[in-house]
This record gives sequence, structure tokens and C-alpha cells, in this order.
Amino acid sequence: MVSHDDVKYVARLARLKLADAELERYAEQLSGILDHINKIAELDLEEVKPTSHVISITNVFRKDAVRPSAPPAAALDNGPEIESGAFRVPPILDTEEQ
Amino acid sequence: MTAGYEAVIGLEIHVELSTESKMFCGCRVEFGGEPNTRTCPVCAAHPGALPVINEKAIDYLARIALSLDCDIPPGSIFHRKNYFYPDLPKGYQITQYDQPFAIEGHLDVSVDEKDIRVGIERVHMEEDTAKNIHAGASGRIAGALYSLIDFNRSGTPLVEIVTKPEIHSPQSARAFLNKLKNLLKYLEVSDCNMEEGSLRCDANVSVRPAGSSKLGVKTELKNMNSFKHLEKGLAREIERQTELLAAGERVVQQTVHFDFTTGEVTPMRSKEFAHDYRYFPEPDLAPMLANRKFVDRIAASMPELPDARAGRYRRDFGLTPYNAEVMTSDRKLSDFFEECVSHFNDPKLVSNWLMGELLGYLNATGGELADCLVKPASLAELLGMIESGKISNAVGKEVFAEMCRSGKEAAAIVEAKGLTQISDTAELEAMIDAVLAENPEQVAQYRAGREKLLGFFVGMVMKKTKGRANPQVVNTLMKEKLS
Repeated sequence: MVSHDDVKYVARLARLKLADAELERYAEQLSGILDHINKIAELDLEEVKPTSHVISITNVFRKDAVRPSAPPAAALDNGPEIESGAFRVPPILDTEEQ
Repeated sequence: MTAGYEAVIGLEIHVELSTESKMFCGCRVEFGGEPNTRTCPVCAAHPGALPVINEKAIDYLARIALSLDCDIPPGSIFHRKNYFYPDLPKGYQITQYDQPFAIEGHLDVSVDEKDIRVGIERVHMEEDTAKNIHAGASGRIAGALYSLIDFNRSGTPLVEIVTKPEIHSPQSARAFLNKLKNLLKYLEVSDCNMEEGSLRCDANVSVRPAGSSKLGVKTELKNMNSFKHLEKGLAREIERQTELLAAGERVVQQTVHFDFTTGEVTPMRSKEFAHDYRYFPEPDLAPMLANRKFVDRIAASMPELPDARAGRYRRDFGLTPYNAEVMTSDRKLSDFFEECVSHFNDPKLVSNWLMGELLGYLNATGGELADCLVKPASLAELLGMIESGKISNAVGKEVFAEMCRSGKEAAAIVEAKGLTQISDTAELEAMIDAVLAENPEQVAQYRAGREKLLGFFVGMVMKKTKGRANPQVVNTLMKEKLS
């Protein structure tokens, strides 16, 4: 069974804030997924190749050719705070920890 | 290094490839420029945008892998490395994880005239992040008031090269990085400009009792982005860890920052509390199969590598190991050298001229060989003029400097400036007489037995002729006059 702490941990990694009721619900759902994987693991899979991709195409490349970029506004208009043509973000390191 | 302890260093080198376009989209790869002018839905991570692999980047990656004598497994795939950081628009970096492009290589490096072999753990492909500009007094991430993000760099093809923990001193680490940088430049896959960040180096370092085969607790030194920083940072961190161990304390596994201004190493902490990247296969990119044909095609397109070329110079040209190494440190220099030798068959002399005069001139002026006005055939012609006695060696050096500055041919400079060597006995005798007459005191001393004054007299004649006198002839005549 996935614990509430496990759910909090992965929620933190995904930057999600979960209410207590959600912790319970996701703990159940995630446990269900893990149970399913464990069920599959009971099978003899010795001869089965791991699947990283479900379709069998390989080597999809493009030529190294420059194409026009989008106007800066196309990217910048999505940012909450812009300064000197760049996205402005809060301090990256926790200064209290320094 | 304190006796009884041994340092163990592994390097992680990131190199930006000099492709025209980015790794997964058509935005131009370039340094600098107005912020956020080279972005598109793919490299700015707009929902629904799909990456497509740049074929040239994979060719460059393969060149690097082959030059490091790596194995290229038949298949490799991309993974998503998930973490939050402002310079990573997708919330994950496309990189390679358990199926990297290349594994198990090595690079031989000469340190203090001893050859060491450093194993290469892996070489893989990934994308660079955006650039952060930190606002604040220090301009560094620690203590920044806020940061500005420029996505021009986001998605630049980036190759990561990881060594095995087989380096045991800061000097060796520096020599390794220098050799690798030269090799990458030689392959013409990156400009390796450390100041602009196209070559970056992190180091994992631990210390253990000498003779132990168990690795100690390591720290990661981030952004050792000049040779000097790398060497000094490692030396300081090894010293710090050794002191801890010698005092019976423990090294804490962490990321540390070397402050070049204070010479101190300090821990770095980020808001991310765990390095839990939850890698999974990138579903948007099909696996890459490197078949025999592909590897053979890349191998066939590779130039003769520096080590092989240096070996040939030692064997066929009789160059010293040092000269051979310098002559192959740069592909253009190597080509220049060989072309010059094809016109003037004295490889040792040519290599000495290139090392002393040409590299000296480029160093002093901060110029690049590619822009050098002197062509190999012109240098060969100059060396021919010295060999035939038309000009003296000293004048030759002067003429060479003038050739570098003006791009004129040696013969034209010698002609215009009247620099031909004076070997005419009558002309030289007159000058010798004058020198002796001007320095009666020294003449008396010489005749009283101070024979080393001969050099002084010859020097005076050379000065009078601005280096044009044939020194052998002057020597002989001078001795005769003084006896």
C-alpha cells in the first residue's frame, strides 16, 4: 500500500499541493497501479523484451537546417513577469539556506 | 597531497555542438544575441510541440565517440529527466539514461612526460538548458535578488562525456581536459569556448587512504569552467577532504562551489530536496539504431586523429614527443605544418619555427591561425632564404614578424628593407676595424686574456648591421683581427 508520505513526496516532486482527502484517493489509485504491475511481474517474462516505445519505427531524423524562430512575444507573452526581454523569476536558491 | 591519502577524480564534461540548428527544432544555434529571439514552440515547450532529432548532432556525437575509442551499442534511446528549474521549460530535460549512445572508451593523456589512460564511462546526447542571468551584487546564483531567463540556448545540442574515476591529481584532471578540448576542436564538432560556456566541466572528487580500493564519500564540484579553476578548485577540495579524514571526521556527500576569489569551497543547496529524476523513455522520440553501415560511414569521414598524427611525426619526421604533441594540438596547425614541410623538408626546423615564432605571434596578438596572413609556402620560402645564407637567422625572425603583420612575401620584405645578409669580407672587415677602434679598453682586456669578450665585439658588429652580418664570417674575421 502506498503511504500518504509517499504520495506527498511524489506530489512535491511534481509541485502539486494536495488536500488530505486527495492524499487518500491518490494513495489508493497509485496502490492499484503498483498492484497491477506486481501482478504482471508474477508472469514468466524471461523471453519478453522490455518495451520503451510501442510503435516500431526507428531513426527519425531531420536535416540540420535553420528555420525561422517565433517572434519573442510568442514566448514572452506567456510569462507573468518580463524584464529586458527575458523572463523574470524569483531567486532560485533558498537564501536562508546559504 | 598529504602522504597516506589518494584523491579519486571523475570528470563530467558538457560540450555544445556547433550545429547550425538546435537539437530538436530549427532555431539557430548561436552565442548571445537579444534574449528570447531564437525560440519556437519546441524549445520554449509549448504544449503539443514535438521534437525531431537533428541528424548532424548524431553524426558529431558519433565522431566524438569514435575518437574516444568507445563502443557504440546497436541501439540507444532518449529519456526524460524530470525536475523543476526555471531554465528548463518542459519540466524535464531530454537526455539519455540507461541506453547511452556510446560506452567504454578511453583517452591517453601525457602528464609530466608520463602517459596515463583515463577510461570513458559513457558519451551521450542531450539538450542544453536556457541561460540564467542572476540579478544581484555578486551576479551569482547564491544571494541573487531574482533571475532573468533567456531561452536562446535552450535546446542546443549538448554532449555529455563522463570519465571513470581514474584521475588522481588536479594536474592530471587539467591535462585530461586540455587534451579533450583539443580533440573536440580538432574534430570540428564544437568551438569549445569555455568563456562562452560551450565547454563546461564538473568534477566528482573523493579521498581515500592510499592503497585502498574502496571509494570514499564524494562531493561534486560544479562549473569548473577554466583550466585554472579546475586545477585550483580540485586542489582545495582534496585538501579540505583530506583534513577532515585526517582529523577522523566524515566527508558529507554534497554539491560544492569553488569561489575563485576567496579560494574557498562552500556547499551549494537548491530548493529541490531530492535528486529523484524519475527517468522514463521519451515517448516523442523513436529509438536510434546505430548499425554497422552508419558507424562505418562516420569512421570513414573522420580525419587522422591527433595521437596517430603525433606518432607519425615522431616516427617519420623525428620530432620530439613534445613538438609532435604541440604540432597536433590543433588541426589547422597540423595541416600548416605538413604543408610547410612539403615545401621545405626539415620538419624539426619547421616545427621549431611554428612553435617559437608563429604561435608566439598568435599568442601575443590573440589571433587565430585561420586568419594568419602567412601561408605555409611563404614560411618555407623564408626558411630557404635562411638556409642558403641570403639572410641571417635573426633577420629571418624579424622578416617573419613583418610577414605576419603585412602578409607580404619574405623576398619582397628583404628587398625593400635591404636586409640581405652581409658576408662580404671587405665590408665586414671595415666594420670590425671601426668596432675595435671604438672600444680600445675592451681590446686591451681581450688581449690580456679575457677571451669571452669576443661575443661582445661580434654583438657590436651585429648591432651596427642590424643583424644582417653573417655571424660565422664575423667570428672568424674578428679572431684574426684580435690575434
